Amino acid sequence: MTVLDLQQVSKRYGDGPGEVHALRDVSLSVDAGELVAVMGPSGSGKSTLLTIAGSLEEPTSGEVLVDGRLLSALSANDRARLRRRSVGFVFQDFNLLAGLTAEENVSLPLELDGRPLKSARQLARDVLEQLGLADQATRFPDELSGGERQRVAIARAVVGDRHLLLADEPSGALDSVNAEAVMRLVRAACHGGVAGVVVTHDAQLASWADRVVFLRDGRVVDQTAPPPPPESLLISDQAR
Amino acid sequence: MSVRHSLLALLSEGPKYGLQLRQEFEARTGEVWPLNVGQVYTTLQRLERDGLVASDGDGDDGPQRNFRITTDGEDELAAWLRTPPDLSSPPRDELVIKVLIAARLPGVDVREVVQVHRRHLVELMQQWTRIKDLAANDDVALALVVDAELFRLDGVIRWLDTADGRLKRAKADAGVSTAAPLPKMPKLPRRVGVRR
Repeated sequence: MTVLDLQQVSKRYGDGPGEVHALRDVSLSVDAGELVAVMGPSGSGKSTLLTIAGSLEEPTSGEVLVDGRLLSALSANDRARLRRRSVGFVFQDFNLLAGLTAEENVSLPLELDGRPLKSARQLARDVLEQLGLADQATRFPDELSGGERQRVAIARAVVGDRHLLLADEPSGALDSVNAEAVMRLVRAACHGGVAGVVVTHDAQLASWADRVVFLRDGRVVDQTAPPPPPESLLISDQAR
Repeated sequence: MSVRHSLLALLSEGPKYGLQLRQEFEARTGEVWPLNVGQVYTTLQRLERDGLVASDGDGDDGPQRNFRITTDGEDELAAWLRTPPDLSSPPRDELVIKVLIAARLPGVDVREVVQVHRRHLVELMQQWTRIKDLAANDDVALALVVDAELFRLDGVIRWLDTADGRLKRAKADAGVSTAAPLPKMPKLPRRVGVRR
């Protein structure tokens, strides 16, 4: 089932000689259970693609469907509700609220959506436990390591019934071992049924994805083929 | 990769048979480097000839022959572990040559050539990452081997990304003229590893 569908999306900023084409005719669809990485250098349009997919910004032309719903046909209120309920965001700098504990940070989107406090907190605790953070639930962000903070941010992005996980360089500020732990969680969340999009310039991070889409100068120029079974790599090595 | 020194390392733990050496070698390298039995025995014969291992067998190559490391073998192993491998750049890297040639050839879109290689390398990295993802949590040897391969491939992709950015800038600097400046074939100083 397709969760995210971008159809010929273009985004222009400014006009006249100063006009910038951030995206040009980008089409991309992501199914439930699939993790897609969008790889490109700075200025290739990666972050614009993510903010448009998450309805934080509107395309200049083209359409975006989330869960089969055409974003341009929704009212601003309905779009905000869809964003709260169905879409989770993870950013490089975690974006946790410093005055709230890990558990409160995770339960906040549910509370804002009108869920009773008790059940919201319970759901938050459950997700934190699944991500190995049960002991950190009552700590504040500045009492957590970078890796733990990003795991809390992932918990906040997947709590409740989210269908789409959007991540912008989610492990960019972490060392390799913590980055790997973060990508394992993102991958596990996606293989549990969520559609995931990670934008990055980092090939190691992108290699956790099922499919890698290459963005250059606002255009999708290429994508990887479906990977062969992992054993084949070892067998080909044996033949050398 | 030195099979010779890996076998010495295994023997430094105590005497072993040839077949046992092969099994342990494969297990400890994450089973990414398969060895055939012939390779193991040939290497053991050479080690014995050089006085680095000794066997208690009566000269036949049967599976009952037990090998042990000698004092010279211990010294050789200690020296090898601390000797830096040759990391000087190869005289002619095939990918670098391809990109240099693509940049000079009329009618070839060098950035498209760069992208073909980038995609291929990312696909390889995806396969290695899958192997790591599926491996048991306690298989540290496999994770180390896969990490080494991922960092190596990542380095090549970074070079391609840098090349892509440089070529884009060179084209922009050349203005609207379609005649992009031809990059000169670089002359490398000998000390960065150009061997002749």
